[in-house]
Amino acid sequence: MTDKFISIEGIAKRYPGANGGTTTVFENFWLSMNRGEFGCVIGHSGCGKTTVLNILAGLDEPSEGTVIVDGQGIEGTSLDRAVIFQGHALFPWRTVLGNVAYAVTSKWRKWDRARVKAHAQKFIDLVGLTGSEHKRPSELSGGMKQRVGIARALSITPKIMLMDEPFSALDALTRGTLQDEVRRICLETGQTAFMITHDVDEAIYLADKIFLMTNGPGAVLAEIVENPLPKDRGRIDLHRHPYYYALRNHIVDFLVSRSKTFAAENPGHDPRNVPVVRPGLVEPAIVAPPRAVDSNPSQAIAR
Amino acid sequence: MAASLRLRAAIVSIVLFAVFIGIWHIATRQTTAVVAMSPEYAKLMGVTATQGKSAMPGPLDVGAKLWEHIKRPFYDNGPNDKGLGIQLGYSIARVGLGYLIAVLVAIPLGFMIGMSPLISKALDPFIQVLKPISPLAWMPLALYTIKDSSISAIFVIFICSVWPMLLNTAFGVASVRKDWINVARTLEVGTIRRAFTVILPAAAPTILTGMRISIGIAWLVIVAAEMLVGGTGIGYFVWNEWNNLSITNVIIAILLIGVVGMLLDQILARFTRMVTFPE
Repeated sequence: MTDKFISIEGIAKRYPGANGGTTTVFENFWLSMNRGEFGCVIGHSGCGKTTVLNILAGLDEPSEGTVIVDGQGIEGTSLDRAVIFQGHALFPWRTVLGNVAYAVTSKWRKWDRARVKAHAQKFIDLVGLTGSEHKRPSELSGGMKQRVGIARALSITPKIMLMDEPFSALDALTRGTLQDEVRRICLETGQTAFMITHDVDEAIYLADKIFLMTNGPGAVLAEIVENPLPKDRGRIDLHRHPYYYALRNHIVDFLVSRSKTFAAENPGHDPRNVPVVRPGLVEPAIVAPPRAVDSNPSQAIAR
Repeated sequence: MAASLRLRAAIVSIVLFAVFIGIWHIATRQTTAVVAMSPEYAKLMGVTATQGKSAMPGPLDVGAKLWEHIKRPFYDNGPNDKGLGIQLGYSIARVGLGYLIAVLVAIPLGFMIGMSPLISKALDPFIQVLKPISPLAWMPLALYTIKDSSISAIFVIFICSVWPMLLNTAFGVASVRKDWINVARTLEVGTIRRAFTVILPAAAPTILTGMRISIGIAWLVIVAAEMLVGGTGIGYFVWNEWNNLSITNVIIAILLIGVVGMLLDQILARFTRMVTFPE
């Protein structure tokens, strides 16, 4: 238990439902991650992914259970756990530097201006926004705004970086470059990160561990998929890796069919000991070889 | 193109003004035929009857009188004969004071209502009942309790300008984007710092809009309030000049009320632009 950096222990989330009952989004939910790991949660909408992240961030409270981070149970939000929001959530009345500096002064209240500025500048440089410090968010593109969001989250040197579909509002090209940035920064700094995504390829590229959640209500963590691809994988040639399709097919199969039927098919599923899967062996080809095509009769006549 | 549009609009404005002045001039030049009468009777009747002049002053009379007022805005010949500058000064001071007190009450209270659903629900019935009351209906109660007409007028300004500010502040504060609040929460920002660094700038455009509505209402109400309380102020001036049958002065006062109201509105509009942020 001590080696686990993040440990979500048996949390549940219930809402008062219609006619006096309660709706359980998920219950008895266990999840753990080691320091320096990148974890991605994949699941369909409504499975409670965002709720899990919000509980981890301290923005939401579980109805049951606890979350332990670095040996301490969490209570509310903390500067140890930075959140990168889906809609970037920058303050439009502040400049890029002002937005990052706001986070810096929140963490180190006694720092003087020059020190705050230098520290903020370091992280603006890190995300590649040097030269745009004095622009307002309205003058930035969507990708640049999210870069500021990343800089703001990193500037407080959090223990964990929490991301709720951070790139889903961006176009494919921008998303790609930002994924590269996030991967580079996390590898360089050994940052522990927890991310929610809908994008299977994003998870394959970024995550060390991929957490598959079944459909809600009553969602469970079905499987932990260990990423078999090498650490130095590149986004461009990801799909050329021999294990790539095995991994991708495994996740897509889960999302397409098993996420619905998992609970019924696995009555003995123990949420505390979720099976760890490491796709890599060549799976049997699921696509049947193409049948011999009959010669087209109309063509035969024409001839 | 933008400059040329402005220029053309200015030309149209000037033409409309000239047409208006022209019609006004012609309409007030001569109305009734001169009736022959004895000199003693003519003395009693005044220029309207003796020279066929309209009782409504023409633009030239108003212009000449206005020039006189502009030359000597601050003379004081006793309670019923003060310069227009002094009268406007009294009105602006009353509006300013009542408005300032309203700002000091409405914005903190609006913050509380906006931030706490409990206070919001608890105060809602009071606000709903008090808001539609005409500010002048408070006047007798104010006069009875405060026993000072001038302070009563300030109270009336306070009561009329407090509601738009209160409601807009509460609305602005309550509808600050959840994401921004969450940013402050994840950064462990305390309540006070959050109120000043996140909620205030986020709600400022809405609050300023409320303040702009309030200053307009306050300026509308002060004229009526001063007609009632008397003594000083532009509202009293209008009523006093009506009693003097000086329509010229009434028209001048109307004109100045409009100009001052516009200036007050422009000042608040400028403040609103200063705090508005592009999304």
